[in-house]
Amino acid sequence: MSEEIIKAEGLTKVFNKHLVAVDHVNFAIKRGEIFGFLGPNGAGKTTTINMLITLLKPTEGTASVLGFDIAKQHDNVRHVIGVVPQEYTADEDLTGLENILLCADLYGIPRKTAKERAEELLKLVELTDFKDKKVQTYSGGMRRRLELACGLINRPIILFLDEPTLGLDVQTRTATWNYIKKLKKEFGMTLFMTTHYLEEADSLCDRIAIIDHGKIIVVGTPEDLKHSLGGDVITLSIKDDPDVTDVIRSVGNVKDVKREDGSYRIKAELGEVTAPFVIEALRKKGYVVTKLMLTEPTLNEVYLEYTGRSLRDTEESAEAFRAQRMTMRRART
Amino acid sequence: MSTSNEHNASKFHGIWALTKRELKKWLKEPLILLMAVLQPVIWMGLFGKAMNLGNMFSSSNLNIPSVLPIPGSAVVPPQSGSIYISGTALSQMFGNLGPSIMHNIFGVSDYFSYMSVGMISFIVMFTTMFSGMSIVWDRRLGFLNKVLSTPVSRGAVILSKVFNASLRAMFQATIILVLAVIFGLQVSSTFSPINILGLYAAIFLLCVGLSSVFLALALRSTKWETQMAIVNLLNLPLMFASNTFFPISQMPEWIQAIARVNPVSYLTDAVRQLTVYQLDSTALMFDFAFLGVFALIFSAIGIALSWRYLTK
Repeated sequence: MSEEIIKAEGLTKVFNKHLVAVDHVNFAIKRGEIFGFLGPNGAGKTTTINMLITLLKPTEGTASVLGFDIAKQHDNVRHVIGVVPQEYTADEDLTGLENILLCADLYGIPRKTAKERAEELLKLVELTDFKDKKVQTYSGGMRRRLELACGLINRPIILFLDEPTLGLDVQTRTATWNYIKKLKKEFGMTLFMTTHYLEEADSLCDRIAIIDHGKIIVVGTPEDLKHSLGGDVITLSIKDDPDVTDVIRSVGNVKDVKREDGSYRIKAELGEVTAPFVIEALRKKGYVVTKLMLTEPTLNEVYLEYTGRSLRDTEESAEAFRAQRMTMRRART
Repeated sequence: MSTSNEHNASKFHGIWALTKRELKKWLKEPLILLMAVLQPVIWMGLFGKAMNLGNMFSSSNLNIPSVLPIPGSAVVPPQSGSIYISGTALSQMFGNLGPSIMHNIFGVSDYFSYMSVGMISFIVMFTTMFSGMSIVWDRRLGFLNKVLSTPVSRGAVILSKVFNASLRAMFQATIILVLAVIFGLQVSSTFSPINILGLYAAIFLLCVGLSSVFLALALRSTKWETQMAIVNLLNLPLMFASNTFFPISQMPEWIQAIARVNPVSYLTDAVRQLTVYQLDSTALMFDFAFLGVFALIFSAIGIALSWRYLTK
């Protein structure tokens, strides 16, 4: 099915009349997919999510969730979505079970149904043994899982995850991904998530939108995005470091050559096939290849390519960037 | 998918669910409850018992010699020689003045009965002030955002805090009243157990009004320090520019002006009317009317602001 379950048109949020957090964003999410918003901190990911879950009113533009307008029909939207916020929102003084039941009450789910669902969800996120313990005693991973369970209590059609593994260690993060995959399989939901972890987007998302400075820069499947970089990267060094750019360029399949710090960075399609041809061409001219490395593009390169973050760091002082982030955070709350 | 039945239920369900959460948190921390009760008890014990105003006017404090000469020049028309008055008789006369002054100024014959009942207003004030604090914490910890992404009405967020503060204050007031009776509170002859219901009603009204005020002030705040500053700024004037510790009639006029619009005065008076005073039903009606209007206006403002500020 390719029904568009979330649709944003010109969605914009301006804080304090001048700080543009989300800038005329358009995107559509299909039923059943995991859609990821990938971008650096302060890019506008959380602001976008907060508009979709009706916490913030858009300054301009609209979005619909399951056909309901987020500004005009917010009550309908709230009923069909589940939210797992960035923070740990569970009440620390209450037990895991009490927290889930509280969430159920907020949706007006009858007690009997709520209890059944709570037990089922606790089992799913493997917290059954800890359900009567206060949340203060939970580890970060357990709290995350509890948040997941809370977000699912109303059987949402769309689940929103805002930075679902923020601050977790690598192991717990991987475990959390598995839970998310399991949940999606179990309930067949549509998932909208934000993250600034590339591996996370790569391993979980069906489609990714890269967002920076409040604008969506590119949308596509992780595969497509990697592909759009124009193939693999061959890095090689040559004895005595002569300029051989033209020689390399003359080889078929080579798309781009850059010489940096005594090595060459070659973009080429089908890298594993092209590399021997490059070596051969160099050898014929009498050059000796001392080192060669072949890398397939990762999302990391996609990210750098599109957000140009390394470029931005040199243009803007780190301080200015931090100040902007602080303002955004203040404005948002 | 949620049914329409669930949709309708949540409007009312939400308030109760959120109130229950707060009460549960409260009951799980008996230490905080103990402190909350201990504080007014210490006030009652130290302030109420130490400031023994009734005793100040007793004959033992007058130091009148057994025979008191009055110079002739002090007598009109002037006379030569002196008159003598029996000091014992005089000190008896003045000794009776004490209770009479107490009664005229404070309405009761001992200060403890006067102020220990005032402690009920004291506890209402403190409990409601902290309800504002709790919404700041909910916001900081992200709990508020989670609640706001559910179908619960924005008004329910405020109302649940208001109800929670009211239930807490009523519970604490009960404890204080019981302790005050043990420590020597003297109820008037017009007191009857039914008055306790009126007491709860009055407490509820002030709680609704005051906690709405403090919640409204806290709605947009993300720093608990701000809230702390507001509470510290307001608690002294609210407490002392009222009849909680001292009768309004004896205050300078400008303080009287504040005290007469201070809703705390009206709760204190209502509580006194119902317990230690000879019941004046007209005054009591007026107290209730004032508290009722105060509660109505400020809870309406609180709910209106919550609709406006909880969605940005």
